[in-house]
Amino acid sequence: MRHLMSPLDFTTDELTQLFDLAADIEKNPQKYAHKCDGKKLATCFYEPSTRTRLSFESAMINLGGQVIGFSDAGSSSASKGESVSDTIRVISCFADICAMRHPKEGAPMVAAAHSRIPVINAGDGGHQHPTQTLTDLLTIRSLKGRLDHFTIGLCGDLKFGRTVHSLIRALVRYEDIHFVFISPEELRVPDYITDMLKEMGISYEENTSLEDTIADLDLLYMTRVQKERFFNEEDYVRLKDFYILNKQKMELAKPDMLVLHPLPRVNEISVEVDDDPRAVYFKQVQYGVYVRMALILTLLDLA
Amino acid sequence: MLNVGKIEEGFVLDHIEAGKSLTIYHLLQLDKLDCTVAIIKNARSNKKGKKDILKVECDINTLNIDVLGFIDHNITVNVIKDGKIVEKRDLSLPKEIKNVIKCRNPRCITSIEQELPHIFVLADEKKEIYRCKYCEEKCRKRDLFYQ
Repeated sequence: MRHLMSPLDFTTDELTQLFDLAADIEKNPQKYAHKCDGKKLATCFYEPSTRTRLSFESAMINLGGQVIGFSDAGSSSASKGESVSDTIRVISCFADICAMRHPKEGAPMVAAAHSRIPVINAGDGGHQHPTQTLTDLLTIRSLKGRLDHFTIGLCGDLKFGRTVHSLIRALVRYEDIHFVFISPEELRVPDYITDMLKEMGISYEENTSLEDTIADLDLLYMTRVQKERFFNEEDYVRLKDFYILNKQKMELAKPDMLVLHPLPRVNEISVEVDDDPRAVYFKQVQYGVYVRMALILTLLDLA
Repeated sequence: MLNVGKIEEGFVLDHIEAGKSLTIYHLLQLDKLDCTVAIIKNARSNKKGKKDILKVECDINTLNIDVLGFIDHNITVNVIKDGKIVEKRDLSLPKEIKNVIKCRNPRCITSIEQELPHIFVLADEKKEIYRCKYCEEKCRKRDLFYQ
């Protein structure tokens, strides 16, 4: 039995298989409509995350399966003090597979150690969110046709954004990726990431301006610059517009550059960009459902 | 000069950095063992000027001293059996440390589930970095003495 705790749990060969399956699901959804008949997914969400939970639930329903679960800790026995390991032992009697979101880091790992059913980490604090990374990778592969040989710009909060860190760690396994980190000084990518890139001989550059770098990019991964990350209001006001993607900046970009965003978007991508065919962040959500379908099938040995 | 007698079976931990023997006493959880322990602080040392020594009289199979590799490579571990040194054990960094150091990340699952063992896994041997098995919080050797 296999679980998914980190995006690196799968080898690149296994990821290729997973993405091939997701691509086939996209093309032939009917073929998979009854693959999970009689199976149940438990969504154990100890903190609210409507988007991720609905994506998992939609994935299971698309496969013919059913869904049970809870959407915040208050409506689960955790509010009575039950441990994660006890909860998963109980859930193992009710469902065939479990997607767990928990505010505490490592909680899904504890669950996996005591579970009789596959556990998927659906986000644990600021630690891992593997299905977001799988979604990002599938989106890139589906729309670019490859996961190697490109320049990717990551823009916004590169210090605290776990989706960014996970994506970097997943992409370094592919050939000839050049990273461009675009962020304010205060929110630069952590040293352990740049140390890892140096050690692996992977090229990267750091820049504070999106405008200066956008023309070189094949992919642009946007994240939100949150006000609470700044020490003072002045810095925030000075910098926030610098990292807003608008029509003007898009004019400087390559005609086939893709814009991705893990969502929710607040104001870092102007709504005028939404109609640009290069803006693929809503398609990305759809790929999130396909990759979760492929993941459920793979972990249940139904692929 | 203070004299501490010989032990029949157990460990003599020599060349401990002066003043650190009590920390090691706690890290080895010697307070939980019902055995004779001598803590010698600031003993004279030709090499270092002064040093600490710990003598632990116990069954040599009951005490896991692997963690010492994480604390200080320079400690000399003498294994005693029948009153004689039978082995001088080399210290290396253990692959895993269980219930010796606590994860200090307030967002770690161990912060709310008290019964979970605190496990740190060797992540970078060169830089001597360990990471919490659950949340990957970093812990270096030098952080240890400030816990």
